[in-house]
Amino acid sequence: MSRIVIKVATKILFAPIILYALYVQFHGDYGPGGGFQAGVTFAVAFILHAFCYGLEETRKVLPQRALFVLMMLGVLFFAGTGVATMLLGGNLLGYDVIVPESTHHAGQHYGILLVEFGVGLTVSSTMLTIFYSFTGREPDIDQEDW
Amino acid sequence: MNLIAQLPALAIITPLICAPITIVLPRGRAPWVWATIVSWLTFAVCILLLREVAAGGEISYHLGDWPPPLGIEYRIDLANALVLVLVSGIAAVVFPAAYRSVKPEIDPRQSTFFYCAMLICLTGLIGVTITGDAFNIFVFLEISSLSTYALVAMGARRDRRALTAAFNYLVMGTIGATFFVIGIGLLYQATGTLNLADMKQLLAGQTSRVVDAGFAFIVVGIGLKLAIFPLHLWLPNAYTYAPTAVSAFIAATATKVAVYVLIRFLFTVFGFDFSFMGAAFTWVFLPLGIVGMFIASLVAVFQDDVKRMLAYSSVAQIGYMLLGLSFATVEGLAAALVHVFNHALMKGALFMAVACVVLRAGSHSIQAFAGLSQRMPITTWAFVLSGLSLIGVPLTVGFISKWYLLEAAFAAGHGYASFLIVASSLIAVVYVGRVAELMLLRPPAQEGPYVLPKRDAPLSMLIPMWVLVAANIYFGIRADFTGDIARRAAEALMLAAGGAP
Repeated sequence: MSRIVIKVATKILFAPIILYALYVQFHGDYGPGGGFQAGVTFAVAFILHAFCYGLEETRKVLPQRALFVLMMLGVLFFAGTGVATMLLGGNLLGYDVIVPESTHHAGQHYGILLVEFGVGLTVSSTMLTIFYSFTGREPDIDQEDW
Repeated sequence: MNLIAQLPALAIITPLICAPITIVLPRGRAPWVWATIVSWLTFAVCILLLREVAAGGEISYHLGDWPPPLGIEYRIDLANALVLVLVSGIAAVVFPAAYRSVKPEIDPRQSTFFYCAMLICLTGLIGVTITGDAFNIFVFLEISSLSTYALVAMGARRDRRALTAAFNYLVMGTIGATFFVIGIGLLYQATGTLNLADMKQLLAGQTSRVVDAGFAFIVVGIGLKLAIFPLHLWLPNAYTYAPTAVSAFIAATATKVAVYVLIRFLFTVFGFDFSFMGAAFTWVFLPLGIVGMFIASLVAVFQDDVKRMLAYSSVAQIGYMLLGLSFATVEGLAAALVHVFNHALMKGALFMAVACVVLRAGSHSIQAFAGLSQRMPITTWAFVLSGLSLIGVPLTVGFISKWYLLEAAFAAGHGYASFLIVASSLIAVVYVGRVAELMLLRPPAQEGPYVLPKRDAPLSMLIPMWVLVAANIYFGIRADFTGDIARRAAEALMLAAGGAP
């Protein structure tokens, strides 16, 4: 019963951590931050959840299968932005073609936002996958099995 | 979108964007079919690139439209176009054969990850080759290495030693990558640029401890990735315990790409003005190449495991490439480049033949090869022909390599080296002959674990293997194709390095 404090604290903290992650994510092009930091912060919310409620509960919220899909989507978001700029007539990741009529390179802004979003998705799902596979590891191999 | 202008980006983005999609495909054939198609597409892109470069000269592609010294530049000349075609071509041949070969060797739950890692490895190798940016080389080198560690570890289903082999490779490879990136950091400190061409200009005439240390770090770092003789300890285990299709792929590509990076740094970045160059050639690459040729070949003779034997032979073959480039002449460099190409063909074919035997016999021990000509004649002859190529028999690519090397040795005034090349080839006769004698002359095992049914490997493995064997013979007869490109590439590299043309 003594864990009630931790459980309530986790419930209170969970949403602000995710909100903060999203702030770091979408503020990354103006200030310190970006996809990597945001992705790690985002994953931390779920790792905290796993510490408090157990890995099985977290797996119900965010199953491993979904993480694989998110990982893939993140890379596709990043690479897809590059391919989109190529299809629009620019070079790979040449963001200026996204808003060609802009005089102050607005395309660069949108481009980096999209790419960083992909980075965020991949980093957070990879962090969680690493956490899942370390904490959910089966017991050590018997000496006989070698 | 102008397809031809976007070719350098397509070479990278095709395998990169298709690799993650593999994960969500259903298990079974789908990931393999997908990866095979992607490898063929990449091969087509690389061939088009080579054609463009051969016709129109160097291509420079500005990633993100940022101009070169600031942004990342993809720069393709003949030297890396040749390596690009080689890497993607080997992938296009190995991937189709992978399905049957790998199915019993890895955990079926890992099959989607296997093909994903193969595609990521291909992306990394192509990226290292295509880029003209020092830090980008490091990033792609790590992409390919990390996926290779995972691929080697997947061999653990058949033999748990794959795990220690992969871990050993991980430690050594990471030390190599760290040394490499420290070297780049030092050069960045001295020049303030990461673009290779720009670095070359800014380094000209600089003599400082920082640059000297950077040179040493880069050479040792790449030397670890390249498995130069005393730094080769990770290689035999990694090649032996990896799934055989992976051995075929990385033996034919990963070390070749590392040779290319070494050549690129020595000739394009440092050049002959750099004070350590002469010493590095005379006191490091030449002796290590020769020692590697002999010791690794001798060790190969005494191996009881065919994959391990081929792995040691790879270390010896790297010695030939080092020997070629240590002459620091156009002929020597061309010989090294030709051997990079040719050795990939022979080792690819040999490992594919071993993959066929492993599929049927379930073992790569040398005893599994006894009397193989009566059980699997098509595989046996593929092994024998590519083995002859490894020795350097006329009408095969091995002969062409050795011939260029001999010519280069005489032209460079290292006549004794030509004697050593022939002598070490004779050791290759012993270790290839040992397996060939077992396969052709011994009776097949009648009892014990190596009794094989009279059934050759499936067509999906035989066809790719024979494509490689045919390439061994085709490029051995029509040597002008590789010879010409390698020579032109070597001339351009020597010119950039400021040596005698």
